Amino acid sequence: MPMGATEHISKQFETDLDTTRTRVLQMGGLVEAQILAAIQGFTSGDAAVIAQVIDNDARVNGYEVAIDGACNHIVVKRQPAASDLRLIMAISKIVTDLERMGDEAKKIARMAKRIHEHGGQHVQRFPAIRHASQIAVKMLRQALDAFARLDAASAAEVMKEDSEIDSEFKSVLRQLITYMMEDPRTITAALETVWVAKAVERIGDHAKNISEQVIYIVKGTDVRHTSFADIEKELSRE
Amino acid sequence: MDTSAVPAAQRPTIHTAVRATAPSDADVEPRQALRPKLSIRSLNFYYGGFQAIKNVTMDIPERKVTAFIGPSGCGKSTLLRTFNRMYALYPEQRAEGEILMDGENLLTTKRDVSLIRARIGMVFQKPTPFPMSIFDNIAFGVNLFENLGRRDMAERVEWALTRAALWNEVKDKLNQSGQSLSGGQQQRLCIARCIAIKPDVLLLDEPCSALDPISTAKVEELIHELKTDYTVVIVTHNMQQAARVSDFTAYMYLGEMIEYDATDIIFIKPKRQATEDYITGRFG
Repeated sequence: MPMGATEHISKQFETDLDTTRTRVLQMGGLVEAQILAAIQGFTSGDAAVIAQVIDNDARVNGYEVAIDGACNHIVVKRQPAASDLRLIMAISKIVTDLERMGDEAKKIARMAKRIHEHGGQHVQRFPAIRHASQIAVKMLRQALDAFARLDAASAAEVMKEDSEIDSEFKSVLRQLITYMMEDPRTITAALETVWVAKAVERIGDHAKNISEQVIYIVKGTDVRHTSFADIEKELSRE
Repeated sequence: MDTSAVPAAQRPTIHTAVRATAPSDADVEPRQALRPKLSIRSLNFYYGGFQAIKNVTMDIPERKVTAFIGPSGCGKSTLLRTFNRMYALYPEQRAEGEILMDGENLLTTKRDVSLIRARIGMVFQKPTPFPMSIFDNIAFGVNLFENLGRRDMAERVEWALTRAALWNEVKDKLNQSGQSLSGGQQQRLCIARCIAIKPDVLLLDEPCSALDPISTAKVEELIHELKTDYTVVIVTHNMQQAARVSDFTAYMYLGEMIEYDATDIIFIKPKRQATEDYITGRFG
């Protein structure tokens, strides 16, 4: 049950909400695994891992459609209000972000395949991408954890980390520009690497969006497009 | 009227958006634009020895729809009935405190109670058409307070029935009994009868609970139109109805006013846990 100490009078409603919430977490777990596998594919070039990521994206999509359907079902049958309403509205947005993260993982896998088909020697030179992807996965994990525990403070922490990914992305970009200027033959591979870095950066953005939705569920305040200082002010308000 | 004495928690906050970012001007009604029509101050109400209303203080804004929600027996209908002194029919019932309308305390005024009820009309849960023609149902009340010629009366009846969105359905059968109409039509007839004497306030006590969904939608549409001229107070068991028709919502429990705020706030992010539990169906 979301926040109250008491359960809904309707057991069926309680079950529907619980099931939907659990499915969001399952979907989140799958997306996390997809991102980890995609990055592993990018660093190692393991074709089986890459193929698996591309295949699994259909499962992520399936979750999105099923969870959205469950949300519609709850709205139609229960006309949720207050925290229930916010939960359903937020879930519907969270699954969109998760699905897009899934797409980014698939994009990374595709790029990894191409990069390694071209030899992929320079991949090792980009620890920054691996580092950024570790932060992105951590952000996703923490956002999902904040969603599961309805912890607004922990969701706000996730939002702070996004700037770290952004700066890693910029540093990767600078390095790649240097390589491309030094040796124009690296341009094709470098551009593909840019796409991977960009995908990681987008994953961080989506994790941040999920955290914003968690704050909306808990606090009832829409913090999208709000400065971090304002969000902290909002969270300290009771 | 002094509103400064009202504790902030019992005054509705006049904003509809719950955003940290600055909402657009259209989202926020200026607080000063809302003039209280009824000001309830420290109201207590007793059925003999039983206290049904406990120290309620609130302002009902003019030309807005205010809804009272709460479980059965929480005192919402009782509160509504104090506004036009319906309780005065029963000697063992009494009210303490103040209900001010335009500065006059309705509980102690020397004015004839029927004059109060002419200004504060009431519609009940079950439609209550008089056993007379549709035309006379409307004309009856008007005749008590005004002396209209035949043509003026016909105009008034048409006006009231039009306002109540019933004219087109009954204009060819004004001489038929009011009781020959369907339930939804009867309820709109009662609303027409109420507004025919041009009251300031309309009290609706579960006006749709005996109606089918189509009639309910018509009455709700009517409520929306009526608020341009009247202050409407509605008691409803149907929370979706409160969310649909009202500008402000008050949640009552065991005779107390638990939370009173803009309807959007009550249904999206209420401030009190008790309100949250009730509107999300966790009450028990």
